Amino acid sequence: MTVITSDSPITPPSSTKNLRPTVFWRIAEDIPQSLKWVLMTLSVAVPFCLWWGLSTTGWVDSKFLPTPVMVWQALLGLWQEGYLLSDTLASFLRVSAGFLLAAVVAIPVGIAMGAFTSVRSLLEPLIGIVRYMPAPAFIPLLIIYLGLGEEPKIALIFIGTVFFNVLMIMDAVKFVPKEMIETTYTLGGDRRQVLMEVIRPYVMPSIFDTLRVNIASSWNLVIVSELVAAEGGLGKRIALAQKFFQTDNIFACLIVLGLIGFILDLSLQAAMRMTCKWAVK
Amino acid sequence: MHLEVSRVYKQFETRQGPLVALKDINIHVETGEFVCAVGASGSGKSTLLRLVAGLETPTGGAITVDGQAIIGPGADRGMVFQNYTLYPWMTVQENVEFGLKLQGAEKRERREQASRYIDVVGLTQFSRSLPKELSGGMKQRVAIARALANHPKILLMDEPFGALDVQTKETMQQFLLDLWDRLGISILMITHDVSEAVFLAQRIYVMTARPGTIQREITVDLAGERTYEVRRTPEFYHYCEEIMDLLRGTVDTQSV
Repeated sequence: MTVITSDSPITPPSSTKNLRPTVFWRIAEDIPQSLKWVLMTLSVAVPFCLWWGLSTTGWVDSKFLPTPVMVWQALLGLWQEGYLLSDTLASFLRVSAGFLLAAVVAIPVGIAMGAFTSVRSLLEPLIGIVRYMPAPAFIPLLIIYLGLGEEPKIALIFIGTVFFNVLMIMDAVKFVPKEMIETTYTLGGDRRQVLMEVIRPYVMPSIFDTLRVNIASSWNLVIVSELVAAEGGLGKRIALAQKFFQTDNIFACLIVLGLIGFILDLSLQAAMRMTCKWAVK
Repeated sequence: MHLEVSRVYKQFETRQGPLVALKDINIHVETGEFVCAVGASGSGKSTLLRLVAGLETPTGGAITVDGQAIIGPGADRGMVFQNYTLYPWMTVQENVEFGLKLQGAEKRERREQASRYIDVVGLTQFSRSLPKELSGGMKQRVAIARALANHPKILLMDEPFGALDVQTKETMQQFLLDLWDRLGISILMITHDVSEAVFLAQRIYVMTARPGTIQREITVDLAGERTYEVRRTPEFYHYCEEIMDLLRGTVDTQSV
């Protein structure tokens, strides 16, 4: 133990260190609206210009990297042949079916697991193991069981998203304040009412967030399943384009996939803002 | 006899072995009475209130309301917690209606009752607001209105003003006292704030810590109206000192 005497005074650091002001590197703070828009535009514009530059100047063979114009023409071609609409619709329906099924199962199961330790103990070990089995690894089995039609694709999307949905919704339920549940009891509520009228609305925004995150993986899986075997769909179109070395068609499909995902995400956000006004800042 | 807690004993199982939270607790609250229990942290006062609310079950002893033994939480004992437990997705009106809704009351009756109590707590113009739009004191008034709309036999309050700033706290204490005076409700409140207890209560139970016991029952007899001026009287001061001395003797310095 050191004893501080008057002979050994504590010397303060010679120069006091001050935090320098910044705009760009502000942690967890807002930046000016104008700067925000500039940066957001750059985020799309820079990669696009790079692509444009690399492909049109011939730095990269346009066979491998088609120019934006070529991709646009490919897109128009796919549209005129009717493939764009039918393929998008085919993929979209598969995603919708598989994902809705997963959500319909996951919401009640996730809420039940979050609310009841008993249900959690019953299901968590199983789900914990199964969710680490990569969903595409189920494809051969699904084809053996369900054939080559729509069912194995929908089942794949279901398997690939349902467990993550369940676990994320379960976690959201843990954030329901215990006092809020107890208040409900003292107001005369029973357990069913606590589940349906307190926990369910409380986790609604988190459910939307969960769905937003996991709908991305359902897009992954529908393409994987279509690459393996399908009548139509954007994944099928990509597989066909590969056969005939139509990189422009592949690019067109990729862009469509990205845009659809983006639109889905925005619509889920909008749906949340409409139904859960209270949770919006 | 209204609320009666007799020979209550509560023990929790912890990793370090059993922990006695409450030992030989005997308290009662008469109809229309305002009673406070004061104690330091670790005195088990929250546990006591939770036992009365039915959120915990006693290890031994009995708790009755109007002669009926408590087996679980129910609408006859309204509870107000320290932290605002308003449902954030419901408006003030919906929050206050919620207890009646849970009990299957008709929509019109619900609305009337809720409006009445929202008026009682002076928040009519905020009835369509969401909780996030309210100040701390307003939130707590909504919580009180919500508990009262159920017409409970007794209102249980767990440090209801503990999270408020000093000025708001004083306003809320006066507000609660007026409410109690007007409506003739029975209140059991726990707090660690001695002056709050003296200002509000007709009777005070002073608790010891680890294990929680009732060490003294004090009847507060203050002359005149209870307004902020009463806080400056020698009697008020005397009551506070007496309770502080009792609490000081029980605080386990090792655990502070």
